[in-house]
Amino acid sequence: MAGHQTYEEQKALVFKGLMLLGAITIVEVFVALLAKGHMIHGVEFKHGFGHYLYMALMVGFSLYKAYFIVFYFMHMAYEVRGLVLSVLLPTTLLIWAIIAFFQEGGAWGARRELIKQKNEEVVQPASGGKPTGYLLPGATYFKG
Amino acid sequence: MADTSVTHAHETHDEVNDSQLWEGGTPPMRASYGKLMMWYFLVSDAFTFAGFLIAYGALRFSMPTWPEPDFVFASFPFVKAHWPLVFVTVMTFILIFSSVTMVRAVQEGHRENSRGVVFWMFLTILGGASFLGCQAYEWTTLIAAENMTVSQNPFGRHIADGVYLNADGSEAKNEDGSPKTFKNGESYLLHKHEGKFDVPTLRYTSGPYAGQTAQAEFGPKAFGALFFFITGFHGFHVFSGVLFLTIIMLNAAGGLYAARKNGYEMVEKIGLYWHFVDLVWVFVFLVFYLL
Repeated sequence: MAGHQTYEEQKALVFKGLMLLGAITIVEVFVALLAKGHMIHGVEFKHGFGHYLYMALMVGFSLYKAYFIVFYFMHMAYEVRGLVLSVLLPTTLLIWAIIAFFQEGGAWGARRELIKQKNEEVVQPASGGKPTGYLLPGATYFKG
Repeated sequence: MADTSVTHAHETHDEVNDSQLWEGGTPPMRASYGKLMMWYFLVSDAFTFAGFLIAYGALRFSMPTWPEPDFVFASFPFVKAHWPLVFVTVMTFILIFSSVTMVRAVQEGHRENSRGVVFWMFLTILGGASFLGCQAYEWTTLIAAENMTVSQNPFGRHIADGVYLNADGSEAKNEDGSPKTFKNGESYLLHKHEGKFDVPTLRYTSGPYAGQTAQAEFGPKAFGALFFFITGFHGFHVFSGVLFLTIIMLNAAGGLYAARKNGYEMVEKIGLYWHFVDLVWVFVFLVFYLL
């Protein structure tokens, strides 16, 4: 309820939130456009370390925005510990979901060529056109 | 006489009951039932959105190429220019503003200031409606002008360096006479002419297909489906939010919550929902537009 804050403090928090979220968004878009090579001619971060750094920055900024919205706009910072934990702890399950599904997606991608190759493969029939399965000797079969 | 004794017994029973009644006390987790349930609804909704966004990530990782957001999302109303990510930044700001006005509405509610609640909620509704308008523009451009649908994605990227070919198999030339080449990873949009896609022929000059002639391909079709489904699901949240905000604003204006004397708790609950919609947008913005 933010009951321990004065009205002026509450209004100041709203202004701070607006400035913070706005500034982070502008920085995010600027960094994204810089990394994709739109800002400075010849400068881009599309591969290697620079690319990972850029992705980590984007995720970090987004997580900070999410933290600010949940804790200050939604007043999570002023709720009791039990409520905070019962809402936030279940979301940690998503960490495993992200690891597992992204790895799975990567594996699909890695096998794409193999699957295409197998699909196009033509299996040659055995010479003479005779069946070549593993037929057991005649006596083995039950003749009722 | 029997009647009297029954009545008497009944009265005694009531007195006992009254003294044992729970006074209310502190609710679990010091949050009202409605607020607590709103939080848990939001947890479940967060998992739904997380499921969609993780599916997006898994499918994106499984594709050899993926459309570049700064190429796909570059249109701006009334401007015939390539402005990457500018319009979606405007949309993000609209949503941030509407979140901020919502916080103000909740604060005025705690002060039991009916006029303040209605004023700030009205601005919040305006923000939500503007966001939906922007989304309508974005979708219209993608569907009507760029021909993207849930099952067709004309935004592709080249998988190697190469050169475009004319219909007779000769190399296509730019206006200055130089060969019309493309680089590995470069984006393209397949255009429609008289109801049919104009698919250019090209020859690769690098990579495993060097020297081979091929047709430019459509981009991964999952992109269109994921984009319309996820931003559509978020837009539907915004739309229902605007409806509920309107109902609650009208109730506040009519004095319903003032009579309840609970600090406009209903405004606080719809506020939680509205901030959540902004929170989800932070991640939709991240995966679809920034990365």
